[in-house]
Amino acid sequence: MEASHAHAHDDHHHAPTGLARYFTTTNHKDIGSMYMWFSLIMFFVGGFMALVIRAELFQPGIQIVNPDVFNQLTTIHALVMIFGAVMPAFVGFANWQIPLMVGASDMAFARMNNWSFWLMPPAATLLVGSFLVPGGAAGSGWTLYPPLSIQGGISVDMTILAVHIMGASSIMGSINIITTILNMRAPGMTLMRMPMFVWTWLITAYLLIAVMPVLAGAVTMLLTDRHFGTHFFNAAGGGDPTMFMHIFWFFGHPEVYIMILPAFGIISHIIPTFARKQLFGYSSMVYATASIALLSFIVWGHHMFTVGMPAAGNLFFMYATMLIAVPTGVKVFNWIATMWRGSITFETPMLFAVGFVSLFTIGGFSGLVLAVTPVDITLHNTYYVVAHFHYVLFSGAIFSIMGGAYYWLPKWTGHMYDETLGKLHFWLTAISFNITFFPQHFLGLAGMPRRIPDYAPQFTEFNQISSIGAFLLGFSQLLFLYVVIKCIRGGAKAEAKAWEGAEGLEWTVPSPAPYHTFETPPQFH
Amino acid sequence: MKKLRVLAGALASAVPALALAGYDVNIPAPKTPISLQIYGLHMEIMYVCLAIFVVVFGVMFYSLFAHRKSRGAVAAHFHENTTVEVIWTLIPFLILAVIAFPATKTVLAMKDASNPDMTIKVTAYQWKWQYDYLNDGLKLYATLSTPREQIGAPDAHGKVTNEHYLLETDNNVVVPVGKKIRLLITANDVIHGWYVPQLGVNQYGIPGFIKDAWFQANEPGVYRGQCSQICGKEHGYMPIVVEAKSAEDYAAWVKEQKAKQAADAAPAEKVSLADPVVR
Ligand code: HEM
Ligand SMILES: [Cu+2]
Ligand SMILES: [Cu+2]
Repeated sequence: MEASHAHAHDDHHHAPTGLARYFTTTNHKDIGSMYMWFSLIMFFVGGFMALVIRAELFQPGIQIVNPDVFNQLTTIHALVMIFGAVMPAFVGFANWQIPLMVGASDMAFARMNNWSFWLMPPAATLLVGSFLVPGGAAGSGWTLYPPLSIQGGISVDMTILAVHIMGASSIMGSINIITTILNMRAPGMTLMRMPMFVWTWLITAYLLIAVMPVLAGAVTMLLTDRHFGTHFFNAAGGGDPTMFMHIFWFFGHPEVYIMILPAFGIISHIIPTFARKQLFGYSSMVYATASIALLSFIVWGHHMFTVGMPAAGNLFFMYATMLIAVPTGVKVFNWIATMWRGSITFETPMLFAVGFVSLFTIGGFSGLVLAVTPVDITLHNTYYVVAHFHYVLFSGAIFSIMGGAYYWLPKWTGHMYDETLGKLHFWLTAISFNITFFPQHFLGLAGMPRRIPDYAPQFTEFNQISSIGAFLLGFSQLLFLYVVIKCIRGGAKAEAKAWEGAEGLEWTVPSPAPYHTFETPPQFH
Repeated sequence: MKKLRVLAGALASAVPALALAGYDVNIPAPKTPISLQIYGLHMEIMYVCLAIFVVVFGVMFYSLFAHRKSRGAVAAHFHENTTVEVIWTLIPFLILAVIAFPATKTVLAMKDASNPDMTIKVTAYQWKWQYDYLNDGLKLYATLSTPREQIGAPDAHGKVTNEHYLLETDNNVVVPVGKKIRLLITANDVIHGWYVPQLGVNQYGIPGFIKDAWFQANEPGVYRGQCSQICGKEHGYMPIVVEAKSAEDYAAWVKEQKAKQAADAAPAEKVSLADPVVR
C-alpha cells in the first residue's frame, strides 16, 4: 500500500482515485497491471474448465458432465486460454515493459490503450457467459469449423462477437505497440540495439495486424451463413467448408507464433541476467524471429493434411513446416550458448527459463513429428497433438509469462518475492506439468482421438496419470497467486537494479517504478 | 540442482522408452504397406530427435552444472560467432532434408488411390457410418454396438469389463485381405474423420465433397478406429471396425449380406439418421 501512496505523490495530474482511476487511466503501468490481473483471472477460469475435463476423463464412461457440456468445455477452455490468458498477459508485459525498456514516458496512444483493455472484460463475459444461454456454450471446438458451428445456438453468435471484440482490442494494442517502438525510443537506441523483448513484440504486433482481420472475416462469414442466408461454407449453395479451414488456419498458425514470440523475448532477457553474460547472437535472434514470422504465413496447411489436399499441397506444407524448425532451433542454440561459460544462478525466473528451453524443445520435437505429413495423418486430432500444443503453450508461453512475472515483479512492486515459495512453485509446476502432458503423447500414438468425453478401456491408465497430474498442476498455481499477492503487500526492498546481472533501461529507474518515468528521454548507450 | 538433474534424467529416459517400448506407447502395429512406412518414418524422426536431444541438452546441462556461480564460474565475454551460427543453421537443414526424402515418397504413395481392386463409398452422418460397396452392390450402416447401459457405468472398481467398449459396431466393414481398397469419403451433415490407425488412414469426410484414400490390409484381422473430427454430441461414439478376411471368406460374407439385403431391402433404406446413444 505504501507503493500506491508513492504513486499518488508522483502524479501531477490529479488523476481520480479508487475504481475510477482504473476506468479512466491512461497510464501504461496501470493498464499493464490490469491486463496482467485479467489474464490471471482468465487463467484460473480456463484452468477450472480444464480440471472438469480431466475429472471426466479420469475413467471411461460418463460421470460428471454430459457429452454436450464436455464439448463446450473443451471449446471455451481453449478460447479463454488463448484470447483471455496468454495474449493479454503478453500485452500486459508489453504495456509495463516496452515504455520502460525503450525509455518512453508512456505508450503512444494512451487513451486508445485504455480502450484496448476495457474491451476485454465484456468480450470475456460474452465468452464465458455463453454457458448460461439455452443450449449452452459453443461446442464445435475452438476452431469453429462449419457446418458444426452453423448448427450451434445463440452461444455461437456470442462467441463470434467476443472474437470480434478481442480482435479489435488486439489490433489497437498492436498499433500502439508499433508506434511506441518505432517513434518513442530513447536517443541512441537504434533498431538493432533494442532489447530483445521489444523486437519480438514489434514483430508480433505486425503478425497480429496481419491476421486478426482474417479471423474477423472468417467468423463474419460464419455469422452471415448462420443468419443471413449466405453460403460461404455450404456446399449445397456453392460454398466450401474447406475454405473456412484455410482462412482459419491462415490466421491460426501465425496466431500460435503470436503466443510464442513474446515468450522468446522474455526468455532472452532472463537467461543473460542469470548467466551474467550478454545474449549470444543478438542479430541472429532478430533474424530468426523475423524468419519465423514470415514462414508462419505459409505453413497453415499442416493443420489440414487430412482434408485431402493434392499431393503437391501436402508436400509444400510439409517442407515449409519443417523449414520453420530451423530458426526455432537457432533460438534454442543461442540461449544455450548464452548460458555457456556464464556465471549461472538459479533464481525462480531462471528456473522457469531453463524449464522453458527444455520443455518447449520437446514441443518443438513433437511439432517436427507432426510436420511430416504421413506421420501427421496418423496422429492428427489425437492426444498427440494435444500434448504437442501444451508443451509449446504451457511449458512455452505460460512458463515464460511466469518467469517474466517473477523477473519483473521487483520492478513492478518494489519488493522481492518469496524466493523459496517461487522455487517451490516452479518445481511443482514443472513436475506436474510433465505428469499431465507427457502420457498424452502415448495416448495419441495409440490412437485416442481428442475432444471425446469417453474412451476405450486400453486408454485408462495414461488418462488417470494425466488427470492426477492436472489436478496437481492446477492447484500448484494457487501458490503463484499467493506469492504474487505476498510480494505486492511486502517483502525485502528491491533495488533499482533488482538482479545483479540485469541490463537495460528499466533497471535504471527506482523500484517500484514511479507512476511516471522517463518524462525526459534518457540517453541510451 | 540435484532436482534439476533428476528431472532431466527422467525426461531423457522417457524418450528412448517411447522409441523402444512395445506398441502400448507407440503407433499400433502397422498392418498395411503405408502404415508400415508411417511407422518407420516416425521411428526415424524419433531417433533424430533423440540424438539432437542428447547432444543439445547434454551441452546445456553440462553448462548449468559446470558454469554455476556457486562453483566460482566467472562469466566469459563472447556474444557471437558467425561460423558457429552458420554451422548450426545448416546442420538442422541437412537433417531435415534427410527426413523429407522418404516422407515425400510416402506422401506420393498415400495419395495414389488409382487402380484399386475395389471401391467403398463411405458416408458419415451424425453419428453413424454408411458404407456402399460399389463393386458388390452392398450397402450397410455401422453404429456403435456397445449397449447404452454400459456407458457411464464402469464397475465398482472404475473398470470397464467390455474389452471392446466403444470400439465395436453392429456392422463391421468387411474387406478382402491383400487387395487395394479405395475409399471415397464424404459426409452428409458436418465434417467427420474416418480414422483407423493400423490401416494408416485418417481422412475427413466433408459434406458436399468426395475425398479418396486407400489401404491394403496385409493380414486378416480386426482393425478398430474412431471418428477423428469433432462432429457434435456423440463424436466419441462413432467407431469404425474393419474386418480383413481371406478372399473366400470375403466372398462368402458378400453372399450372405446380399441374401440378407434382398430379404429386407426396404427397411434397410429407412435407417433413422438421428439415433443418439447418450442422452
Ligand atoms: C518447431 C515448431 C513447430 C512445428 C514444426 C509445429 C507443427 C505443428 C503441426 C504440424 C500441427 C498440426 C497437428 C495436427 O493437427 O495434426 C501443430 C498443431 C499445433 N501447434 Fe504446433 N508446431 C510448432 C510449434 C508450435 C508453437 C511454438 C506453438 C504455440 C506456441 C504451436 C501450437 C500449436 C497448436 C495450438 C496446435 C493445434 C491446433 C489445433 O488443432 O487446435 N506449435 N503444430
Ligand atoms: Cu500451425
Ligand atoms: Cu466425429
